[in-house]
Amino acid sequence: MRYLPKSDSERRQMLDACGAASAEDLFAHLPAAVRLRRPLDLAPGISEYEIVDYFRARAAENANGYASFLGAGVYRHYRPVLVDTVVSRGEFLTSYTPYQAEISQGTLTAIFEFQTMICQLTGMDVANASMYDGSTAVPEAAMMAARITGRHRVLAARTVHPEYREVLRTYALHQGMPVEEVGYGKDSGAIDLDDLERKIDGQTAAVIVQSPNFFGIIDDVKSAAEIAHRHGALLVMVFTEAVSLGILAPPAGADIVAGELQSFAISPSYGGPFAGIIATRDQFVRQMPGRLVGQTVDTHGNRAFCLTLSTREQHIRREKATSNICTNQALIALMATVFMTVYGKEGLRELALQNLAKAHYLAGKVQNVFTGKCFNEFVVRVGNPELVNKALLKKKIIGGLPLGRFYPELADSMLLCATEMTSRADMDALSGALRAPAAAEELA
Amino acid sequence: MYPENFRYSKEHEWVLVEGGIGTIGITDHAQQELGDIVYVDLPKPGTRVEQGRSLGSVESVKAVSDVYAPVSGEVTEINPALADAPEKLNADPHGAAWLVKIRLSAPDELPQLMSAADYQIYIGAEK
Repeated sequence: MRYLPKSDSERRQMLDACGAASAEDLFAHLPAAVRLRRPLDLAPGISEYEIVDYFRARAAENANGYASFLGAGVYRHYRPVLVDTVVSRGEFLTSYTPYQAEISQGTLTAIFEFQTMICQLTGMDVANASMYDGSTAVPEAAMMAARITGRHRVLAARTVHPEYREVLRTYALHQGMPVEEVGYGKDSGAIDLDDLERKIDGQTAAVIVQSPNFFGIIDDVKSAAEIAHRHGALLVMVFTEAVSLGILAPPAGADIVAGELQSFAISPSYGGPFAGIIATRDQFVRQMPGRLVGQTVDTHGNRAFCLTLSTREQHIRREKATSNICTNQALIALMATVFMTVYGKEGLRELALQNLAKAHYLAGKVQNVFTGKCFNEFVVRVGNPELVNKALLKKKIIGGLPLGRFYPELADSMLLCATEMTSRADMDALSGALRAPAAAEELA
Repeated sequence: MYPENFRYSKEHEWVLVEGGIGTIGITDHAQQELGDIVYVDLPKPGTRVEQGRSLGSVESVKAVSDVYAPVSGEVTEINPALADAPEKLNADPHGAAWLVKIRLSAPDELPQLMSAADYQIYIGAEK
């Protein structure tokens, strides 16, 4: 599909065809009181040269040349050049969600590949065509568990991304779905299984655990799943750092996996758009939200793709649909698909190992708060994170996320992240700055 | 074709009551109208259902249709055979492919339902 500009004579032709003297006639039936009686408040047009100049100036405001140790759900990873080459093809870039789905075999093929790779990555039987992002995938997984179990109470670990929990509470508010939180071990930084045992009951539909969790720690999903299953609840596993799946075993015991794919070649872009996933076991597919592409054969017996199990969806099932999601993140999910294709199984494993090695190098040089095994993020105690970050900025280093905003008990700590993009020189500079007693004084 | 000892609803369900327990299914006419049935969604045992309210759904290659409870009561049993073989509903809707059993809470609802003869007139008229 292309952008087709209209000339004055073409406008005239269209107006003549519908018997209107002017475009204004088309709005004549609207009450005068609701009409806008002035031109839109838009700046006058500027030349192409001025536009390019404007954006060059904005681009120059970016923090180029800074080292960054921010993670916390959005990660800096290398984006292979092939990703943009594929996603900027017009067939993908400008096509909207296919209403006559089967006419778009290319789009469906790409989505089918995506679903297949997500299943391989998570060890699940079936994955949907993607969700808006990780944060909305989590409440969808919780509601799915409620439909399957016929129960409504949800337990979420406090180590699930705080903003995901906020989205979960928003969704749950008018669903009659009470959400309670399970604490974490003060030393381990992992889910407090004793607290989970205390809080779980016969009304619990889902136990939601993230791994690696918000503190970067590889959490005990297996034990949490055992507890959940013993009480007839489902285990929802959440991930924010998809690269970790390159070396961490697929989540044993998870019934639903809900996660974020930003790490797979989706640029941070001020926080979106991202792409989420939901994957589950075969037995739960009828309760899974979202679009699903299936493989079939056409009338000539050729391999073909179609939308399948649409009876779960809103356009057919109306108020009884599994979810109000009627679409997927096709283009953004395609970025992740190309990324997974470029890296492959071995490449992804190597990438994950690089992240692990970098983060552990840095973790070895600073004061860790938790003892749990981490992937590429960890919590360090720095005293006053805001002041430390201010000092680091002067050295062209963007420090970690101060945790006080989400965890008041960790107000003296920050969450640091190192990926394959983090250089050893930057890590040495950061650890040096954190260790030098002068650094803190200089700021204070 | 339509057993004399069943009672029938306008929504094309049948019920056979024996000892306070009603066995419920969809009629042969219903399965014919639906076409090839690919999935049956049934309530959990213990669920309370009300006459005229949806108790589950039947999905065919053409559509999803609600199944309405012909009588009120509590679900005591669901047919386990339909989960893996929903096509049985096409083959034997009045027999092996019953949907649920319900302990009737209001047996006085039964006379409101049609006899086999009335139901056949009803579906004849519907066509």
